Amino acid sequence: MIVELGHFALVLALAVAAVQMVLPLIGAERRDARLMAVAGPAAVVQFLLIAASFAALTNAFVTSDFSLKLVVENSHTAKPMLYKVAGVWGNHEGSLLLWMLALSFYGACAHWFGGRLPATLKARVLAVQGAIAVAFLLFMLFTSNPFLRLVNPPLNGQDMNPLLQDPGLAFHPPFLYLGYVGLSMAFSFAVAALIEGRVDAAWGRWVRPWTLMAWMFLTIGIAMGSWWAYYELGWGGFWFWDPVENASFMPWLIATALLHSAIVVEKRESLKAWTMLLAILAFGFSLIGTFIVRSGVITSVHAFANDPARGVFILLLLGVFMGGALLLFAARAGNLEARGVFAVVSREGALVANNLLLSVAAFVVFIGTIWPLVGEVLLGRALSVGAPFFDAAFTPFMVALALILPLGAVLPWKRGTLRRALRLQMPALVLALALMLLAYALATSRSALGPVGLGLGVWLVAGSALDLWQRTGHAGYGHRMARLFRLPRSDWGKAMAHAGLGVVIFGVAAVMAWVVEDIRVVKPGETYPLGPYEVTFKGITEVPGPNYMSSMAELEVRQGGALVAVLHPEKRSYPFAQMGTTEAAIHKGVTRDIYIALGDPQQGGGHVVRSYLKPFANWLWAGAILMGLGGLMSLSDRRYRVAAGASSRRAAAQPAE
Amino acid sequence: MRLIPALFSLALLTTPAWAVRPDEMLSDPALEARARALSRDLRCLVCRNENIDDSDADLAHDLRVLLRERLVAGDSDAQAMAFIVDRYGEFVLLKPVMSGANLVLWLAGPGLLVLGGGIAWTMLRRRARAAEGAGLTPEEQARLDALMRDRA
Repeated sequence: MIVELGHFALVLALAVAAVQMVLPLIGAERRDARLMAVAGPAAVVQFLLIAASFAALTNAFVTSDFSLKLVVENSHTAKPMLYKVAGVWGNHEGSLLLWMLALSFYGACAHWFGGRLPATLKARVLAVQGAIAVAFLLFMLFTSNPFLRLVNPPLNGQDMNPLLQDPGLAFHPPFLYLGYVGLSMAFSFAVAALIEGRVDAAWGRWVRPWTLMAWMFLTIGIAMGSWWAYYELGWGGFWFWDPVENASFMPWLIATALLHSAIVVEKRESLKAWTMLLAILAFGFSLIGTFIVRSGVITSVHAFANDPARGVFILLLLGVFMGGALLLFAARAGNLEARGVFAVVSREGALVANNLLLSVAAFVVFIGTIWPLVGEVLLGRALSVGAPFFDAAFTPFMVALALILPLGAVLPWKRGTLRRALRLQMPALVLALALMLLAYALATSRSALGPVGLGLGVWLVAGSALDLWQRTGHAGYGHRMARLFRLPRSDWGKAMAHAGLGVVIFGVAAVMAWVVEDIRVVKPGETYPLGPYEVTFKGITEVPGPNYMSSMAELEVRQGGALVAVLHPEKRSYPFAQMGTTEAAIHKGVTRDIYIALGDPQQGGGHVVRSYLKPFANWLWAGAILMGLGGLMSLSDRRYRVAAGASSRRAAAQPAE
Repeated sequence: MRLIPALFSLALLTTPAWAVRPDEMLSDPALEARARALSRDLRCLVCRNENIDDSDADLAHDLRVLLRERLVAGDSDAQAMAFIVDRYGEFVLLKPVMSGANLVLWLAGPGLLVLGGGIAWTMLRRRARAAEGAGLTPEEQARLDALMRDRA
């Protein structure tokens, strides 16, 4: 019964979304306040209905209702409760419902917090949100309905893929979806503004918090996925340039660009058309990502042909939304007059360079992702595009971005000189170069990766700190310290996010360049060296888990006789899902992780053991968290709290930065 | 076919991997290092997006052994790779060759950067110049200069 109610709520949500799509749009056109007023309540009702539907599906998973096809295919009574709940979105249909929940939540938020938006703009934004909801609800109900019942329910389920039964991955999709879907708000604002034919500083101020929020969730979501891959997949890789990863990375790159160009719209009323385009493309890449992942087209053209309904539907969605929005853009963008003028060397100019590099990087990821498809369909060649390509083709743009960032961050608006920016950042530059050379001199290998990563990281972190310090004026030291903590939160957010990027770059380079690896067969009682440590293999015990059996090894790590850590890497086998997983044991440290994974037993006795020292691995995720916190800091800035709907007159009254 | 859940497909395509095994490794560290480096550019053909160094599939094992055999036989890196591409096709290369149609792939990024940079540059210059033009007339400029001189 609860399942039917959930199903019904979903159908009802479709009807409500249809109303939300049509009436406010007509209302805005005719300046009919009553019709426009439908939008807000409709968005809230739509959210409540989808929340009810989501609750019904969650209930089915929690109570192991095996009359539901989805529950049978993705759950098991013995599965721990956390993963029963996470199982709701650990599959195609359920994850779409989560997608819809996020979409309708944003819509409701636009109503709750958008009280001071101009009535017509608000009505149009919510109408576009309604249109997206209609499309995805149709997609769900016709091709991916989570509420399908089975005629003959089995006694138990098939369990969820055990690799997904992990806390890191349980919360990875919700974050990612809040990010993806958050970009739909930027899209709706862009389309609404194009219909209105007006884009001003206030528009930039409204759209930026949504983009910031989406970007923050994407950042954290991607970092979570990377962290999960690091400890779960067994050899400590953290990024594989897999199509599925790229699907989330492209929207992130575009969202980052959008975040920066929206600043120019907000502060200088320039780059309006470009920002519109980015807002459209950011959501477009979210849809493309959805298409890539859902249709299976990248795995193989044949997988797509086997079940084309879903793929074709998403392609259709993509065509309608992108085609429509871009047509509108082409028709209206010319009318968006730019007010702020600026020289090439200026803050605006630097932000244009930022946008260019990020967009090109996103395009490189995009073409690399679809190239195997192009090869198969157009060239008739079976091609692979993997990590070595992306490492070579993508990295230079990020290096260039990191190089110009600290300089661009201190350039003044309108017009500046490179010389002055360089002078301001000279201490950071000297420090970065010195540490880079030091690392190069000390390193045993002649690889430039580690030192360059260190140099770029220091350049970004020190550059951000200097930028912040220089905002405190020229008074005495104590006065400046006091002022430092009274700086606007957006300044702190900017510095934190940029420093976070530096930390990530350093972490990535360090862990790739300076890893120590040891692969060997060991028997119980044997000791082997690993960098400065001695590792002793104690033996293996069989340990039962809730829905798996585990072979758990015990290893002691000592340094100069003193015990550093006792590690328990596992190999688990999940009988219901008929799969195995490895659980690496990691001793985390500030400067290095000791990472040990257990391999197969050998015929002559003993086990394969892989041991790694991963230098500065934690910095990678710490950097990502710092970036996310920077976003949060910026989001809590006073001007968004007080001015979330203020007029452009008030916006103009605020000093630029 | 039951479609793989979106964000989780990664999990399915990279099942716990056992990569290089101790019994496969060459005793000569220099040769082994070359083999490891080359392995990262070779795809495990039956896996999704896994190189043979990371994969535990039987085929990956065969390829690792084959690659090491070629290196031990005295092949250069390029010869060993060519040998494997001859046998398994260019699908085995994770880094597509930089020639023919693949040039589109390789040059897409730099090309777009140059194109976009060029467009941005000209537009900014034109706009900046237009703004300058809309600024002061020659008479106004002369008067301003005079005023500035007076102050100095």
